Formats: sequence, structure tokens, C-alpha cells
Amino acid sequence: MSEIVHPLHKFIRPYVTSTTNCPGCGNGIAAQAILRAVDELGMTLDDFVFVTGIGCSAWIPSPFFDVDVLHTTHGRPIAFALGIKVGLPEKKVMVTSGDGDLAAIGGNHLIHNARRNVEMVVICLNNGIYGMTGGQAAPTTPLGLKTVSTPYGTFENSFDISELVIAAGATFVARWTTHHARQLTATIKKAIQKKGFSFIEVITQCPVQYGKKTGSGSAVQMMQEYKEKSILVKEAAKLSKEELRGRIVVGELVEREAPEMLEEINKMKKKVSGEKA
Amino acid sequence: MKGKRVLTGKYFMMGNIACAEGALAAGCEFAAGYPITPATEIANRLAERLPQVGGVFLQMEDEISSIATIIGASWTGKKVMTATSGPGISLMLESLGFAVGVETPCVIVNVQRGGPTTGMPTAGVPADMVQPKRGSHGDYEIIALCPASPQEMFEHTVQAFNLAEAYRVPVFILADAFVGHMREEVVIPEPEKISLVYRKIPDVGTDPQKIKGFLDVDVAPMPIFGKGFRSHVTSSCHDEYGKRNLSDLTALDHFIRQLSNKILKHKEDIVKVERDYEGAEVVLVSYGAVSRAAQMAAARAREEGLPVGTLRLITVWPFPEEEIETMARRAKKVIVLENNLGQLYPFIKAEAAAHADVSFLPPRVIGEIQDPENILQKIREVLK
Repeated sequence: MSEIVHPLHKFIRPYVTSTTNCPGCGNGIAAQAILRAVDELGMTLDDFVFVTGIGCSAWIPSPFFDVDVLHTTHGRPIAFALGIKVGLPEKKVMVTSGDGDLAAIGGNHLIHNARRNVEMVVICLNNGIYGMTGGQAAPTTPLGLKTVSTPYGTFENSFDISELVIAAGATFVARWTTHHARQLTATIKKAIQKKGFSFIEVITQCPVQYGKKTGSGSAVQMMQEYKEKSILVKEAAKLSKEELRGRIVVGELVEREAPEMLEEINKMKKKVSGEKA
Repeated sequence: MKGKRVLTGKYFMMGNIACAEGALAAGCEFAAGYPITPATEIANRLAERLPQVGGVFLQMEDEISSIATIIGASWTGKKVMTATSGPGISLMLESLGFAVGVETPCVIVNVQRGGPTTGMPTAGVPADMVQPKRGSHGDYEIIALCPASPQEMFEHTVQAFNLAEAYRVPVFILADAFVGHMREEVVIPEPEKISLVYRKIPDVGTDPQKIKGFLDVDVAPMPIFGKGFRSHVTSSCHDEYGKRNLSDLTALDHFIRQLSNKILKHKEDIVKVERDYEGAEVVLVSYGAVSRAAQMAAARAREEGLPVGTLRLITVWPFPEEEIETMARRAKKVIVLENNLGQLYPFIKAEAAAHADVSFLPPRVIGEIQDPENILQKIREVLK
């Protein structure tokens, strides 16, 4: 009797037999979307190097994907990824990390590498909370929400990370929720092929530290809410800011061309060595 | 000069420039940094020179990303470095521990200046002597070299790359503004005369499941990226295969001890000192720029017939305990000279005090190299 094997199992590190994700976590949906995108493009994980920081979403490729992966310090994965991309320009470099890692402690590296427009894919799993450390408020937590570190409700405005990265100069920026697994897969495929800095924000549920503690409900309830609140970017364009309050604008927000840094470095090197560009 | 990696010849050269040329001669392919006095000339020179030999220099958004990006590049098989001063090192310390933990060859130059905090950027003060060893959290061993001249800025940088490659560890150059900004004769040898070391890597094609890429006290081959090794590289507690273990304390014990023992086991090969204390009763122990004053004072003392010698620490980490002890057993009096309030003095005293009288001669003014005359006075005092 032949064993039934998941079609994406070939991408899982052989010794991995279980996941560290909590039941209902959105990491699995994002992980599948990434692996499906790789598979549908006819690529293998040997075409990639993955880089992660600290947080639950850093564990998506580390250790689950059977790939070269550098699991780095908190907030710095994009900076490490830059060095890897310079050293291995022929490989695809992908960062998976969370909103705390990328937008709080690592915000500087996020905006500067968006500005540099270095070719890499950054997937930000935005669950609006610090999950791994037990549910503290993040820069993405909605104003007024009670968390363990804001027991009387947050008193800070929250970040729109995608808008931040667009303003910083990224050439491909998209946002989906875990309810949009197919659209997310299609977008990741485009991002992998994009010659530039690609940023994909995935609004994702943390049913344990966010759902349960803030009264947002179970994973299913949270995903149901994402479905109801989501509005496609071209529909959103017809609405006012007031009308968009509380909605999640999803889709490919920006796709544009700009000089890519590694190509510019190569032009500079040719100039220095006297070769014609 | 275009396209040449090794600028063979005799120069009147600034220490910081000699450091950058040493990096080029050692095979540096990638460097990243952030402007800071008094180290900036190294970055400027690398920015000019690296593209000429096919390399890259990146000016980063801060020192945190400088060290992060060179570690990333090192994992692609490149020889890498960054250069900064005290405040920049303070920012780098977390990722320094990362580089130690995942055994990443890299060279970090600290052209030290007057601290604490922003202090006095142009003052030559070896103010961060213990920082490379104790600055990042946790127990670890590291290598640090202490140049005393522009010539050594060149030579030590080459050695630093070789040690980093041989032991898969960050190697520090602990220079200061004196040595970094000093201009002196620098002789750059022919490329054939410069011996270079390259890290071992596993054989391409090895089954990724079978690669032991970490925690070997004799230095595991580095499973660099892009070769099909499918390396799982995490700075969290891991085993020889890189597999994470966050629950077993014996795994943590093994992780910490193996990383440290990798350096300590090879300490004899790593540690370099300069001994000149044959028959001396008084030995001046120093390092870096101050050792120049110590040597001058010792020479004058000998002219006066006083039995004075010197011991110069070239490697300060791993700490040369055995060398200090050997010296102290032969000497009667040990005088420690540092251009700070005594950062290595407690370490030296701990080894020497059982065998000799140990005293510390602080600088008259911090940042001012000791006057050999003052040192002579101290020598006469201890000989009384």
C-alpha cells in the first residue's frame, strides 16, 4: 500500500515531524502559499535562501523548509538578507517575519532596503500583536485595544506598514489576509519574479494571544471578520477615507519600476574597471 | 592602482589606510559600514578600492545593519569586514554574539576613541578593550589583536582575516585613533609572500542530512549557502547539524562549551606576544600605542643599567594568561601600562600577582601617551 504524501511535503526538512504553531495560527496558510508559489513557478527551494528574524512567523522556514535558512537576531533579517543577496545575486532571497520584527525593532532596515530597491521578497505576517512573548501591543495594534502591556487600552496610533513601505520606495507592495490564500499565492509568484524590493503584508490571525485575549474570537471568527472587512484596492479607490475606516484594503497596492540596487552596483563596477556598461 | 589587490611597495601611509589595504591583500570581497570618527578612512578607502577588484562596499543605515549584512555575506562564502569605533561597536554587540553563535568568519575593526558615550571622537584611547570579549551577552570566546603601528594595521588585518577563516569566529582589530591616524612607513609585500587562509566547506554533493557544520572544537566545515547544503543556521541553541534544541539543558551546555573550547583548544596557535624581558627584574606590560612608550622607557632604563624588560600583548583575546604567568615567574616587579583607567590590569594582575609585585601606571592625562620619562620615574620607584 503506497503512502499518501502531501504534494508539498518534498519541501519540508526531512527531520521535521510536527509544527510549533498554535492551533488556528495563520502561519500554515502563509507557508502553504509560499511553497505553492515556488512549486507553481517550477522552481525548487535550492533556488532560494530564506532569512528570518525573531517571532512566530520566523519559524515558517526555520526549520520547516528544506532550504538554506539564516534565522537571525530580532528585527534584522532584511539587513542579513541584503548581504546574502549581494553574495548570491543569482538566488532568490525571501524574508518571512512579523509586524513586531519588521515594523518595530527592525523598521529602519525595512524602509532603507525598500528605498535601495534591493531585489528580495519580504513577507510580513501582521497579526497586530506580539504573539511569542504573550500578547503585548505592537505598532500595528489598533488604538484602544487592551493587551497585557496596555491593560487600559493602547494610547498609540498604529502603523499602516504597506503605506510605509510604499512611501519608502518599494517597487511591489501587496496586502492580503489569510482568508485570501489563492490570491496570496498568485501575488507571491509575481513578487518572486519582480526585479526589485517586494513587500507582501499578510493580515493573519493569532487566535491565542489576540483572538482569545482581546475578545476577537476563534481563528474561524477572525478569518470571517477579515473576509467581511476586506475590500479590493480598486473598489477602495472609489471610497472616501471616512468610508474606508475599519476596512482592510487588499490587493496589489503598488507595482512600479525603479533602478534596482544590485544592477546599479554592477554598472558602477563595470565603469570602475573600464568596461563599457 | 586600478584592479590591483595587493599594492606591493613602500609607502608613507596612514594606519587606517594600511588597514583597508590589509583587508584587500587578505582577500576581502565585501565590507559594510557607517561613517564614524576616527575609523572613517577605512570605509572611504574600501569604498574606493573594493569595486576596483570586483568587491562591494555598502554604506549602511547604521552599525547594526553593517554587521548584519557582512554576516549575511559571509554565509555566501565571502571574506568580509566592517570598521567602526566604540559607539558603533556598542550597536553591533547583539549581532556579534550571533556571529559567534553560528560561527561566522568576519573581521571587525574598532579604531577606539575617548569614551564613554560620545566622549571625544578624535582622542586615541583604547577605551573598549574588554568590550569584544564581554560586550555581547552570554559566555563566549573571541579573538582580538592590538596593532601598535600603521605597518601592523596592515599585517594584523591580514592575520585577522586568516584567523577568522581558520576558526570561524569574529576577529577584532583593537586599534585606536593614535595608530589609525598615525602616518609611518608601511611596507606591503608581494602577493606571493602573503599567506592566506580560506575556510573549509563541506564537499558539494554531500547529503545535507549528514553535514556536521557546527560545534566542532577543531572547527566544522562551514555549510555556506547556495551550494545545495540546505543549511539550517540558527543562533538559538543547536547541535552539530544545526538542529535547534530549546528544551534540553545539556544541549545548551554543549553549545556554549564547544563554541568556547574551539578557541581555547587552539589558544597556543592563536596567541601572539612580543617578549623582551630576558634577565629583567622589572617588566613593563602593555599593548597598542602605549607599548611604543614602554619600549622607549625600557631602552633608556637599560642604558642606565636598570634591569628592565617589556612584554607586549599582540593578542589580547583569548587572554594570554600563560604568557603573563611565565613572565611574572621570572620578574620581580610588573608594571602595567594602559592608556585608560586600567581595563586589562585586573586580568593581568590575576595571573601575575602570585609571582611578582604588580602595579598599574595610569596615563597622566587619559588620551595622552605616557611620557617615557614618567615611566622611568615609576621604574626607579618600584626598584627602590
